[in-house]
Amino acid sequence: MTNNNPSVMIQANNLSKNFSGMHALKGASLSVERGEVVCLIGPSGSGKSTFLRCIHGLEKPDGGEVYLEGKLLDPKNKEEYRALRNKMGFVFQHFNLFPNLTVLENCTFAQMQVLKRTQEEATENALSYLGKVGLLEKKDSYPNNLSGGQKQRVAIARALCMNPEIMLFDEPTSALDPEMIKEVLEVIQELAAQGMTMIVVTHEMGFARKVGTKIVFLEAGHVIEEANSEEFFTAPKSDRAKEFLSKVIYD
Amino acid sequence: MDKVLTGENMMFLLQGAGISLALALGALLIGMVIGVLMAAGRISKHKIFNILCGTYVEVLRGTPMLLQIMFFYLGIPVLIRMMTGVRVRMDVYVVALVALSLNSGAYQAELFRSGIQGVDKGQWEACETLGIGYWPMMLKIILPQAFKRIVPPLVSEFITLIKDSSLASCIGTSELMYNAQVLGAHYYDYLTPLLIAGVVYLCMTLVISWLAHKLERRLAVSD
Repeated sequence: MTNNNPSVMIQANNLSKNFSGMHALKGASLSVERGEVVCLIGPSGSGKSTFLRCIHGLEKPDGGEVYLEGKLLDPKNKEEYRALRNKMGFVFQHFNLFPNLTVLENCTFAQMQVLKRTQEEATENALSYLGKVGLLEKKDSYPNNLSGGQKQRVAIARALCMNPEIMLFDEPTSALDPEMIKEVLEVIQELAAQGMTMIVVTHEMGFARKVGTKIVFLEAGHVIEEANSEEFFTAPKSDRAKEFLSKVIYD
Repeated sequence: MDKVLTGENMMFLLQGAGISLALALGALLIGMVIGVLMAAGRISKHKIFNILCGTYVEVLRGTPMLLQIMFFYLGIPVLIRMMTGVRVRMDVYVVALVALSLNSGAYQAELFRSGIQGVDKGQWEACETLGIGYWPMMLKIILPQAFKRIVPPLVSEFITLIKDSSLASCIGTSELMYNAQVLGAHYYDYLTPLLIAGVVYLCMTLVISWLAHKLERRLAVSD
């Protein structure tokens, strides 16, 4: 089964997920077009991260399906499933860099293993992305000698090295000290400006408003509201979104 | 006392110490192979592997090492005779090595299992999102991190093995403890040989602790 609108990058239909009897996600749907920056926002425990992880397949959804460029993500079809997932880059809240590898090795390992690039190609590619996130001089450091913001920028470079067609960010700044949030958001913003398709789970409302093209507001596992970002922040339609915004935005 | 303290007797004790060390080292290495396999079995999703490896670990950890040594030395020959009618005599060194290895394998299985499972879940997920396959992930990412966590308890295991190898004296394996007892019986002086044996055991274990400490510091470069 395919879905044939060529501008749609990701189509998630009715995803649901239970964790030991608790419904984390109850039939959430989402459509992301090429070049869009979709921000998933909502209160803690609303299912934003679970939604993102189900889209990627890190969590196996209990119901619903995900299409990437019109093709169904089906774990049973191993070859295609792997190939499709490799088109998605994922950035974690807690970075998940490999502590036993240097920054450069973190960026080259998967390129050589998965994309079968030579050491030279992988290194060249890694250095160009490390340069873009401003960490060229840290290439030989180990992750544990970096600040949180630097770690997250390396994690972004590592994901980009795999030439993903879409980037998924799971609360990329939630584990950072306040003074490091901006450096990471700027990198993500720069990516957006270059036309990268992205889904970002975030609590940074300023970022969502400025960089996000579309906002998806979740609560209790449901998509409550979906709107373009300016519209959402100036005139939210649902009462729940109004209430949420009145609590998180201080002005 | 001075009767015991001859060069010849000291060599006899040191020879015993060499056997103790060789038994412990051999058991550590063979036990490591068993341990990795058993840990893999306990982690795997295969029910049968799971139960077999779990049973192995529980039985060997839940019974005394002394009993295990006796069982291999005295019990197995009886079993062999019952089944084949052949009378066999076990070699005490082989029995000691096998018993120590099998026992250590059970303990090391738990070390490896907890070491591998103790690696942050995020590491497995990062590999998954980068598309890295199972074996490259295990060899390059998970096991190196697990190994680092395992080094300190592995050293304790080695030290335990050196001390537990003394149990093999009960079947006549000529290691340090046995040789000390031989000297004690010969000179009717148990104090001196036992004291010397104690000091030699202590020297071996302290040197190993010290070496392990240096190794840990070298492994800690990336922390």
